Amino acid sequence: MIEIKGLYKSYGKVKVLKGIDLKVEESEVVVIIGASGSGKSTMLRCVNFLEKPQKGTISIEGKVIDPKSKDLNFIRQEVGMVFQHFNLFPHMTVIGNVMEGLIQVKKYNYDEAEKEALKMLEKVGLSDKAQVYPSVISGGQKQRVAIARALAMHPKVMLFDEPTSALDPELVGGVLQVMKDLANEGMTMMVVTHEMGFAREVADRVVFIDQGVIVEEGTPEEIFNNPKEERTKEFLGQIL
Amino acid sequence: MDSIKDKKSWFEKNKVNLGKAGSIAGFFLVIYVVWQNINHYFPWNFGVIPEYLPLFRAGALATLEITTLGILFGLVLGIIIGLMRTSKIWIFDSLARFYIFIIRGTPLLLQLFIIYYGLSSVVKIPGYPAAIIALGIHNAAYIAEIFRGAITSVDRGQREAALSIGMTSWQSMKRIILPQAFKRAIPPLGNQFIIALKDSSLASTIAVSELILKSRQLASSNFMMMEMLVVAGIYYLLLTSVFTYIVFKVEKKLGVSDHRV
Repeated sequence: MIEIKGLYKSYGKVKVLKGIDLKVEESEVVVIIGASGSGKSTMLRCVNFLEKPQKGTISIEGKVIDPKSKDLNFIRQEVGMVFQHFNLFPHMTVIGNVMEGLIQVKKYNYDEAEKEALKMLEKVGLSDKAQVYPSVISGGQKQRVAIARALAMHPKVMLFDEPTSALDPELVGGVLQVMKDLANEGMTMMVVTHEMGFAREVADRVVFIDQGVIVEEGTPEEIFNNPKEERTKEFLGQIL
Repeated sequence: MDSIKDKKSWFEKNKVNLGKAGSIAGFFLVIYVVWQNINHYFPWNFGVIPEYLPLFRAGALATLEITTLGILFGLVLGIIIGLMRTSKIWIFDSLARFYIFIIRGTPLLLQLFIIYYGLSSVVKIPGYPAAIIALGIHNAAYIAEIFRGAITSVDRGQREAALSIGMTSWQSMKRIILPQAFKRAIPPLGNQFIIALKDSSLASTIAVSELILKSRQLASSNFMMMEMLVVAGIYYLLLTSVFTYIVFKVEKKLGVSDHRV
């Protein structure tokens, strides 16, 4: 489904990614863990080219993506992304946020877009908030709207960049539940998170990144119960 | 001991503070002297103001017109230059920087004279349009910077979110960034408009019959310079108050401080 090959990224002299190779199969849920500054978010952001890597390729369904091509906007529809800080559009209502891509990108007419957006909001349990502005709903609700906004484009893959890190603890559960439902429906997902419970329960594969390289990957049992690498053990020792 | 007590002066006995009494007396003395010479210190007759107010109406209208048209021209040009200034294409950015460097670095009066006198050997532009063009060109530089600031103040996550759902760079600018930037630009824009209104007075130097020129023309025949300037001042205050009110209303309507995420 997604193949990352030889990915290098640096900001000036700081090398963030030093050769990442990763394959994600269809309907697979891959959870990426690692310390902050390890490069895990940067890697995720390279998949839909919000960051332009210096070297390496991303292919989706066997097709190598050229970041300079006109197709990029099309490819981004296929790769939904959810951000740590939600990034909802504050000048639009909740449903306006979800409809925006449908109208501007998918060229739906207003009624079609509204119908589809409502369906997405129902899916994340927020159809009753459709007409309010994002400023009046909670962080957890904002993140669920952000998920609905991404899902409305019917992506083949969803990228989650620390989706619960900015939330109050009591709001994390609702967002994780939506993500679990998505995983159960067979959505292909790449999730950068510190929620080890989620990783254990939902991930098909856990990838541990440290200092810009993949140190170890395996099933949740392998990584959490029998980590092979010293650095993995050390990291897990610190957070578990 | 009693004898010492008796030596107290009348002032002391009556607890009169000499210094205080002196100041009060001095104050009234000054008032008296000024009053005696009131026509020397206050030679103006502000009583004529009401009868002159209507005579300034045309001048006020001219001020309002060159300001409004100048601002509209400046807004269009300023938005374009502001967008160029945030462009990743270096030639656009450089051109915009150069424009701002030249215009912001030289006085409006100079720009006005260049358009009115300097260009006159090539094309004769009458005072009225020349003032509008100069005001527009001048304010565009400041408006461009206001827009650039407003655009860059929108969180970059907004653009990323727009791109991530497949919007083009231009769509994200038009639909997501600019609407938020416009809102943030309104308070500084209102400020700039008021500056432009007052700057329009420079048009009096190129024979545009706005408020200042009107007051000087009338004063040259009635010799009441101060009174005429005060009338012009009243009109300026009136116009700036109206501008301030409009900006306030627009801010309120658009909810400039609302809808933060």
